Amino acid sequence: MPIKVLVAKPGLDGHDRGAKIVARALRDAGMEVVYTGLHQTPEMIVNAAIQEDVDVVGVSILSGAHMTIFPKIMTMLSDREVDDIAVVGGGVIQEDDIPKLKAIGVREIFNAEASTQDLIDGIERIVAETGRASTRSAQALADGTRVPDPAR
Amino acid sequence: MQTTEKTIADELREWEHQTLLPFTERRPESREVFRTQGGAALERVYTPAHVEDVDFARDIGFPGQFPYTRGPYPTMYRAQPWTMRQIAGFGTADDTNERFRFLIAQGQTGISTDFDMPTLMGYDSDDERSEGEVGREGVAIDSVDDMLDLYAGIDLEKISVSMTINPSAWILLAMYLVTAEERGFDRKKLSGTIQNDIIKEYIAQKEWVYPPRPAMRLVRDSITYSAEHLPRYNPVNVSGYHAREAGSTAIQEVAFTLAAGIAYVEEVVKAGIDVDDFAPRLSFFFVSQIDFLEEVAKFRAARRVWARVMKERFGAKKPESMRLRFHCQTAGVSCTAREPLNNIARTAIEALAAVCGGAQSLHTNGYDEALSIPSEPAMKIALRTQQILADEVGVIGTIDPLGGSYAIERLTTDIEKGCFDYFAEVDKRGGTIKCIEDNFFQMELADAAYDLHRRKEAGERHIVTVTKYRDESANPHVELHHVDEAASGRQLARLRKTKETRDAAAVQAALDEIVRVAKTDENIMPATIAAVKARATGGEIIKALRPVFGTYVETPVF
Repeated sequence: MPIKVLVAKPGLDGHDRGAKIVARALRDAGMEVVYTGLHQTPEMIVNAAIQEDVDVVGVSILSGAHMTIFPKIMTMLSDREVDDIAVVGGGVIQEDDIPKLKAIGVREIFNAEASTQDLIDGIERIVAETGRASTRSAQALADGTRVPDPAR
Repeated sequence: MQTTEKTIADELREWEHQTLLPFTERRPESREVFRTQGGAALERVYTPAHVEDVDFARDIGFPGQFPYTRGPYPTMYRAQPWTMRQIAGFGTADDTNERFRFLIAQGQTGISTDFDMPTLMGYDSDDERSEGEVGREGVAIDSVDDMLDLYAGIDLEKISVSMTINPSAWILLAMYLVTAEERGFDRKKLSGTIQNDIIKEYIAQKEWVYPPRPAMRLVRDSITYSAEHLPRYNPVNVSGYHAREAGSTAIQEVAFTLAAGIAYVEEVVKAGIDVDDFAPRLSFFFVSQIDFLEEVAKFRAARRVWARVMKERFGAKKPESMRLRFHCQTAGVSCTAREPLNNIARTAIEALAAVCGGAQSLHTNGYDEALSIPSEPAMKIALRTQQILADEVGVIGTIDPLGGSYAIERLTTDIEKGCFDYFAEVDKRGGTIKCIEDNFFQMELADAAYDLHRRKEAGERHIVTVTKYRDESANPHVELHHVDEAASGRQLARLRKTKETRDAAAVQAALDEIVRVAKTDENIMPATIAAVKARATGGEIIKALRPVFGTYVETPVF
C-alpha cells in the first residue's frame, strides 16, 4: 500500500510554491498525496488527516506562526488519541525553533534547502519507523471512534 | 554583385565551421545548452542575423516615445534617479512609524508599507484567525486610528506612500484618505500607490476574501473614484512579482500581469469611463530576478507589449495611457538562508538589472530576506546598494544602456511574442477572469515552478552555497529582526480603545449603508470612507459584505 501524505497549509499566508512542489514530487515518487489548499485551521488539518487516514501530515509554514500552529496540531492529535500519524514540517523555520518543535513531537523539519529526494527518503524512513499499516477504518475514525488496529 | 555578397548569416556559418568547430573539438563546451531561468535556450553568440525581424523605429525607438521600449520618459535617471522605496512593516503602527522615520533619515525617497497577515486577509487583530500573526510579518492596521499613527509626522503631500494590500485595498485607501483629511492634507496632492491587484492573488499570492467577480467590482470602484478625485495617485499596481516568486517563467510574469491589466481596463471601460481618463494612473510591479540578461529584456518587453495593447486593443490616444511605469523589487526567492551576506551580492546584481531595465522605483531586499522580515542593519545596506548604483556606478548617465545589444533585443522580442501568444490563449479561453475560475494560470504556474525545481535539482541551475560550494563548517550568524511578542497585546489594547470610544450606532448605520450600496452598482468608495471615518474597522467592513459578495474557496491544483 502506498504511503499516504496530507500536505497542509495552515495560517493566513499564501506561500504555497513549496507545498505544491512537495505534493507533486511525493506523488511522482509513488505516494498518495492529498493537498488541503490554503488557509487551513489546525482543526481542519487534524480532521482531514484523520478522515483521509494518512500516514504523514506535512505542514508548510512560511508566516512565522509555526510556534503557535504546531503545538495546536500536536495537542489536537493527542486529544483525539491519534499516535500513529507522523507530523513533519517545512517552510521558513528558524533553527532555534527546530528542537522545540521536535520536543513536542514533530518528527522532522525539512527546510528550504532539503531536496525532494531528501524529503522522499525522510518520509519513507519515518513511516518505516512508525511501522504503521494503513488498515484502520477511515469512516470509524471520521466518526471520532477509535478502532483497534488489527495490524498491531 | 548582390549574389556574391556574403550575408552575416553566411559569415556566422563560416565562423562556426572554421573557428568554432576546431576549437570545440580540442576543448568542448561545458554543457550542450545554456538556458535562461525561464528556460529559453541561449544562442552561443548573437549577431545582426539574429535580430533581422527587429526594426529600430518600430520596435526600439526613443525613450518617452511609443512603444516605450527604452523607457517611459525622455530623460529617465538623468532627471532624477528612481524612487528608493524600502518596504517596512511590523508590530503596531508606532513601531513601523519609527522604522519609516529611520529610513527617511537615511535618504530614502518613498515609503512602502507591509501589513500583517490579518490586515491583508481582512481580519481584525481580535479575530480568532489572527492569533499568532498580529504584527508579525507586517504592521497591524485595524482602524483609521492606527493609520493616523502609522504615518504620523510624515508629510503626505511631499512623500509618496505605497501600500501593499489587496482584497481589502479599497478600505485601506479609504483610511488613507481619512488620515489625509484629518491631518489637513489636500487630496489632490497625495501621491502614492495601492497594490489593489486582486487578479494576481487568485493566481499567485493567494490573499483573497471574495470571489473574483465582486472583487473586480471593488477594484473598478477604487480606480474610478481615484480617476475623479486623486490626480496623482496610482489606484492599482498590477503585479508580476508574486507569480514569479511562486515559480513562473519571465514570460509568464509579464504575460499574466498584463493579462490582468487588460482585465482591469475592460472592467473600467465597461463602466463607461474613457480609457484615457484612468489608464495613465495604472502602475505595475515586477521582480528583478538573478538572470541579468533575461530580466533587462523582460522590463523592456513589458513596456513595449503594454504600449501596443493600449494603443491597438483599447484605442488609447494619450501617450500617458500607453507608457508602462513600474516598481521593482529584487527576488526574495533568490536569497539563501546559508551564508546570508552573499545575498547582498545577489541583490546588487538584481538591482542593476532593474536600473538597466528602467524601473521607476525599487526595493532592494535585506540580506536576511530568507530568514525573517528585515532588520534595520539589513535594510540600511540594501538602501546603500541603491545609493551606490545611483551615485557611483554611472549607469544613470545614458538611457537604456543595453538597448541595441543583439542578445538583449532578441530576448526582448521573444518575450514580447510569448506574451501575445498567452493573450491569444486567454482570449480563446474566455478572458482573464474565466481563466482564473478554470485554474488555467494556476496550473501553468505550477507546471513552470515544478519544471524550474527539477532543472535546479538536475544541476542545470546552481545556487551558490546550497547546491554548489557548500561549506558545512560555517554558517555565519547574523542578528535578525526581533519579533516583539508584546506587540500583539499592545495592538489588541489599541483596538479595544477605538471600539470603546466610538459611536457604536453611527458605526452600525455606516456598515448598513455599505451593504446597501454593495447590492447596487453605485461606487462603494464614499460609503466606505464614511464608515472608516466613524471608526468602523477593516474586519467589520469585510465581514458585513460577506453575505452580499460571498467567500472565495479555491480548488487547489498541483
